[in-house]
Amino acid sequence: MAVTDHGTGQGAEGRRAPAHGTWIESIPPAVWALGAVLLLMPALANDFVLYQIFGWTFILGMIGLSLMFLAGYGGMVSLVQMSVAGMAGYMVAIFGSSAIETISLGWPWYLSVPVAILIAVAFGTVAGALAVRTEGIYTIMITLAIASAFFYFTRQNYVIFNGFSGFNGVLPPQLFGVDWRQAVPFYYLTLFWAVLSYLAVLYVRRAPFGLALQGVRDNPRRMRALGFNVTAHRIAAYSLAAVIAAIAGILLTWQSAQISPGTAGVGPVIDILIIAVVGGLRHPIGPFIGALIYVVLSTFAIDILTGLGLAGERFRLLIGLGFLVIVFFSPDGVLGLWEKWRASGRRDPLTGEDRGEDRGGNREGGA
Amino acid sequence: MTARASTVASRISATGTANALELRGLTRMFGALAALTDINLTVRPGERRAVLGSNGAGKTTLFNCITGDFPPTAGTIRLFGEDVTHFPPHERIRRGLRRTYQISLLFAGLSVRDNVYLACRGVSRYRFSLLRPRRDDALMASAEGLIEAVHLSDARETLVGDLSYGQQRQLEVALALAGAPRFVLFDEPAAGLSPTERRELVEILTNLPSHMGFIIIEHDMDVALRVAESVTMMHNGRIFKEGKPAEIESDAEVQALYLGGGHG
Ligand SMILES: Nc1ncnc2c1ncn2[C@@H]1O[C@H](COP(=O)(O)OP(=O)(O)O)[C@@H](O)[C@H]1O
Ligand SMILES: [Mg+2]
Repeated sequence: MAVTDHGTGQGAEGRRAPAHGTWIESIPPAVWALGAVLLLMPALANDFVLYQIFGWTFILGMIGLSLMFLAGYGGMVSLVQMSVAGMAGYMVAIFGSSAIETISLGWPWYLSVPVAILIAVAFGTVAGALAVRTEGIYTIMITLAIASAFFYFTRQNYVIFNGFSGFNGVLPPQLFGVDWRQAVPFYYLTLFWAVLSYLAVLYVRRAPFGLALQGVRDNPRRMRALGFNVTAHRIAAYSLAAVIAAIAGILLTWQSAQISPGTAGVGPVIDILIIAVVGGLRHPIGPFIGALIYVVLSTFAIDILTGLGLAGERFRLLIGLGFLVIVFFSPDGVLGLWEKWRASGRRDPLTGEDRGEDRGGNREGGA
Repeated sequence: MTARASTVASRISATGTANALELRGLTRMFGALAALTDINLTVRPGERRAVLGSNGAGKTTLFNCITGDFPPTAGTIRLFGEDVTHFPPHERIRRGLRRTYQISLLFAGLSVRDNVYLACRGVSRYRFSLLRPRRDDALMASAEGLIEAVHLSDARETLVGDLSYGQQRQLEVALALAGAPRFVLFDEPAAGLSPTERRELVEILTNLPSHMGFIIIEHDMDVALRVAESVTMMHNGRIFKEGKPAEIESDAEVQALYLGGGHG
C-alpha cells in the first residue's frame, strides 16, 4: 500500500502539497510529536495506564472507527459494529482455547484468529445487506435490532455461546516468547492495530472505493447514473468496517480474557455510538479522542463521584452529561470544537462573545 | 440478475444493426397524472435529436425512464437492441448510456477533479479498488482531458459547492461524457448559461465524435436547432410531431403551441 500511497496526484494531496517532496515530508510536526509520545509512553506511564487506559482506548477507538467509517463516509449510522466485535471475540474463544473446554475447539491462533475475523466479517456483511435498503433513522433501528438479537441469542444459547456466563480464560498466544497480556506488550499490540486501522481508513477514503462511498453518501442517484452499483458499494463498506471491528473485538476479548453477552449488550452498543459522536464523525481520529474521553471518564468518574459524596455507580450519568454538553456545543464532537477554536484563533484573537456567531457563519460557508 | 442473462456476444451482435434507442408504448403515471402516455420513439445510432416542449410536457420524466431513475408504468425500452426495461440504472450506464440533470446533481463536497474522476471510474473496472490511483493513472488522465474540454481547468481543485452556476452546468456535461458514451441524454444543459458559455457548449456538442448520438432537451431554439438533425415535439406527455428542424420551425401548429405556450 505504501508504495502506491507515494504517487497520488489527486484531491486533497494535490491541494496541499506541490508535486515535489515525499509523503514523509508532508507529515506535520504535531503528528511526529504525537507519534513519539505514543511510542515512548511505556517509559512515562505505569502499567495500569498502559493496559487499562490506553489499551482500552485503542480498542474502543477501533470499534468507534468502524462506525465512523460507515457514518462519516457512507452516511450509514450502524449500531451493529460492537456486535461484530463481540462475534469475533466469541469466535476466538470457541475456535481457540478458553476455560470452557467442553465448547472451545482449541485450534492454534493462526487458524482461530483468521476464522474468527472471517465469520465476524460475514456477520457484519449480512447485517449490512439487511441495513442498506433503509435510510437514516431506520438504519439505526434495524442495526440496533440486529445488535439486540445478537445479545439475546448469545445469552440464551448454551450449546455454542455458553449462555449467560460466556467464556473466560481466553488468552492471546505466547507469540515470539512474549506474554501479550503484560502491560507493555499489550500496549504496543493495541497501538499497532489502532494505528494501522487509522491509516488504512485515511488511505481508503482517497482511493476509488472511499471516494465512491462518499459519492454514495452525498448523492446516490447520481452515483447510479455514473454506473455505480450503490447497494453493492454500501454492503462492501460494511464488510470493510467489520474487519476493523473484528480485530478490535479479538483484542478486547484478550484484554479481559473473557467474552460474555454483556460485552456486546445494548449498553456497550450505545457507548460506541457515543464515543464516535463525541469524538467527531468527520475524521478518523475522532473515535480515538472519543474513546479516550470515555475510558478516562468511566475509569475515574467513580473516584470523583465518591469523592463528592455521591454514589459511584452514577458514572454513566457523568458520561451522559459529558455527551450532552459536547453535542450541544458542537454537533461535530470534540473535533468540531477543535476546528472552531482554531478558526477563531486565526481570525480574531481579541474580541469576546461576538466572535461566536461570526465564526459559525464562516464555518458553514466553508463546509 | 436479468442483466447477467444477456451475453457479451448477443450485446455485440445487437449493437451493429440496432437502433440506439427504441421506446415502445412508454407510459409513466404519477398517481392519476399521466406524465408520459404511450411514447414511441426511435433514435438511430449517432443521431442527434432535440426534444422540445413546454414546462411539464414530460421531457425530464422521459429521461428518467430511459436511464432507470424511475421505472415506467408500462412500455419497453431498448438500448442498442437490448431490452433494458428492467435493468437498474448502473447497468444501463455501463452499456454506454449517459445523462445530465436539469437541476445539477453533483458532489458538492468533492473537488471538480474528484467529481470527474468518479464519473470515469463508474464506467470502468476496479470501482471497488482500495488502492489509490497512481500519478500516471489512465482514468485520471481522461478526467483531466474532460475537465479541459469543458473549460474548467482553472477550477479543477475547487470544491464543487464553490463553483458558479455556469461552471456547475459545465461539470454536469463533463460527467456525462466520461468513459466512452454511446448515447447521451442532455437535460437543458444550456439553461442559465451566459452567451459565451452557451457558445462553448454548442461547440462541445457539435464536436462530439460522430458515432455518439444524443437527445437534447432545450428551450433555446437557437441551441437546439444548431446541434440537432431531428426534432421531437412533446405536449402533455405525448409526442405530437417529429421532423427536421426546418419543418418544425415553420410548422403552424408548433408555432401556436410553442410561442403561445409560455415555456420557460
Ligand atoms: N417525481 C414526481 N412526482 C410527481 N409528479 C412528477 C414528478 N416528476 C414529474 N412530475 C410531473 O410530471 C409532469 C412532467 O414533468 P417533467 O417531466 O419534469 O416535465 P418537463 O421536463 O417537460 O418540464 C409534470 O406535471 C410534473 O409535475
Ligand atoms: Mg424538465
